[in-house]
Amino acid sequence: MNGWSDAFNWLLDPTNWSGPGGIPARTEEHLVYTLVTLVVACIIALPIGLAVGHTGKGRGVAVQFSGALRALPTLGVLLLLATWLGLGFGPPLVAMVLLALPPLIAGAYAGVEAVDRQTIDAARSIGMTGWQVLFKVELPLALPIIIGGVRSACLQVIATWTVAAYLPLGGLGRYIYDGYAVQNYAEMLGGSIVVIILALVADGVFAIVQRLVVPRGVVLGRASDVRVRQSRSLVGTSGSTTAG
Amino acid sequence: MALKSRIISAAAAAALGALALAGCSSGNPLDSSTTSSANSGGAIVVGSANFPESEIIAQIYTQALASNGVKTSIKPNIGAREAYLKALQDGSIDLVPEYSGSLLQYYDAKTTAQSSTDVYAALSDALPKGYQVLNQSKAEDKDSYNVTKAFSEKYNVTSLSDLKSVSIPLTVGANPEFADRPYGIPGLKSAYGVTATLDPISDSGGPLTVKALQDGTVQLADIYTTSSAIKDNGFVTLKDPKNIIIAENVLPVINSKKVTDKVKSVLNAVSGALTTDDLVSMNDKASGSAKESAAQIAKEWLSEKNLFQ
Amino acid sequence: MNWLIENAGQIWQLTLIHAGLSVPPIIVGLVLSVPIGWLANRYRASRGTVLAIVGILYAVPSLPLFLVLPSIIGTKVLDPANVVISLSIYAVAIMVRTASDAFAAVDVDVLLAATAVGFSTWRRFWSVELPLAGPVLLSGIRVVSVSTISLVSVGSVIGVPSLGYFFLRGFQVGFPLEIGVGIVGTIVIAVVFDLILAGLGRVLMPWTHRRSRRTRVAIRDETPELVEAA
Repeated sequence: MNGWSDAFNWLLDPTNWSGPGGIPARTEEHLVYTLVTLVVACIIALPIGLAVGHTGKGRGVAVQFSGALRALPTLGVLLLLATWLGLGFGPPLVAMVLLALPPLIAGAYAGVEAVDRQTIDAARSIGMTGWQVLFKVELPLALPIIIGGVRSACLQVIATWTVAAYLPLGGLGRYIYDGYAVQNYAEMLGGSIVVIILALVADGVFAIVQRLVVPRGVVLGRASDVRVRQSRSLVGTSGSTTAG
Repeated sequence: MALKSRIISAAAAAALGALALAGCSSGNPLDSSTTSSANSGGAIVVGSANFPESEIIAQIYTQALASNGVKTSIKPNIGAREAYLKALQDGSIDLVPEYSGSLLQYYDAKTTAQSSTDVYAALSDALPKGYQVLNQSKAEDKDSYNVTKAFSEKYNVTSLSDLKSVSIPLTVGANPEFADRPYGIPGLKSAYGVTATLDPISDSGGPLTVKALQDGTVQLADIYTTSSAIKDNGFVTLKDPKNIIIAENVLPVINSKKVTDKVKSVLNAVSGALTTDDLVSMNDKASGSAKESAAQIAKEWLSEKNLFQ
Repeated sequence: MNWLIENAGQIWQLTLIHAGLSVPPIIVGLVLSVPIGWLANRYRASRGTVLAIVGILYAVPSLPLFLVLPSIIGTKVLDPANVVISLSIYAVAIMVRTASDAFAAVDVDVLLAATAVGFSTWRRFWSVELPLAGPVLLSGIRVVSVSTISLVSVGSVIGVPSLGYFFLRGFQVGFPLEIGVGIVGTIVIAVVFDLILAGLGRVLMPWTHRRSRRTRVAIRDETPELVEAA
């Protein structure tokens, strides 16, 4: 058995590119699942993270909470929720959101914390209110690190939705479980290749966004200082967990 | 340099810890790390499919052999047929409980055998060299198509051949492999001319499949005939006049290298005692309120049948 | 409660197996990533390539990797090595990036000073770079530990037993308690491993506890990593 060439044949077979079980449809499902997860997770995580970063309060709790969430085995949470709540999109969505929260929260508070104290003091001294400082100074400056957190969460979510297809869901994980059930290695491998490509493309998109959101003044100001700060710009992509 | 020596001693401690953990985990019934290498002449590794009944029967085989002095270990919940038969053929496992009809269709998709005797007779030719089945039991557990009572009355459906006249789209709740099975989606199409889509619920006709049938997520559900869920929920099991679902007697399939007179007599004694009613009551213990472990259920059955040495 | 008592033996055994499967990837992740990360950092040209490769490895979903390994390295389909090797690959993928960042964060002035007082590259690595990169490496390996322990359970889908066995069986028989036992067991292992790693960190790097007396060199740049690792 030549698994890899079978997988490429599977990928090139036009019948796998049409219909509700086809690669475009499955990829779209996977993307929609991922986006919905990220949006819901951001709505929950970013206010928490920004509040922690802005006020400096509750950091210990946030760290503990994120750490506890990271230790949750996603497969177990998924099947527990499905056993409790039944089938449908809800249980896996909750499990995936739980998975996405830690990097998002960490990205948000680390981003705000990394903003130079002097800059904030300057903003306050010209009369900005707390909200203005948050939205006009801290948030723009923190954005690259926040996006880094989203990027890291996105990779995990893409990978882990494939595991979630243990439940009757669409998405690219279907190929992996259905292929495993009947030991169709071509389908399994082909489906995996699509997942990998999707993850790499998403990662690339976020890498570009991360660069674009750096405020122009910061780019200029950083030039002299770039070596020392280098590791900061990588935050959020490093030290993140795989989960798929 | 102090750091270096600290690192070395810490690494040594970690390695020792790992060894200790590995040591602790050997010799237990679920361990898989220590058994797979000793495959020729060593312990018999019993595998099971991804549903509770298969694991219970695998436990029965394991415990019966062990009490007769045969070295065994068990690897439960491997996956669907294709996965565990692959494990059998690459030597990861040596013995697995099977269902005669599905096993025959796996190796001979075009078989015309339907009755227990015909299927069993055809099996010995169909199995690959080096593997054999021992005596089959009277116990049978088939896949079956089930609908709710309300659906059956509304559309006047009691048989798979009635489905053709149902006007709404049909979805079947079953494991993913159902998409490829001769008695699954393809059989429904070729024998009855019915087009149905699969909702792949990987609980082998378990609680979620039942729930999906009840709440109308699926119109048809593949539930194994030894599950009490059919009776408890008043589901209607559809007749199968074209016999796409053939005889499914429980029997052991085994690597011939592992067959000794003792192994043969122990497993044949188990098959001789196992009945369909036993399967129903054992499934009840697993999925009912008791949620007993497979090992416990197997133990109870073996002592009830006086099969422990 | 009865169920817990009747199945205590199996719960304990699977917990040990689960822990045993988690140890090798964590060790491999640390041992391989330190030299790779150091080299990637030392020879800047290779850094992009190395990070791109680990980026791709990181994007491979775990389940298919478990499944294809037998056809690549010739293991048997149910061999726990398939899970251990896959998770080791992820561990390296996460840790190489962390290690590379950790070494990059070591102040060049400090390295030059070490060279100036006559340290060889080898000695400078052991006495200066590694200790200064240590806190970041530790935070990285703690992340690897948690993620490895969580992912081991996915192996149960392909018949490699671990606490994940309880997830699948609990799901098949509709028994939330059994799934819960698997989840709690996984968290307990993660917490125990984290305490062990933190303890090793204290033993190996006692100075990290006298933070206030240190210069900013080692501390400033580790902060974001620690945050991320939290």
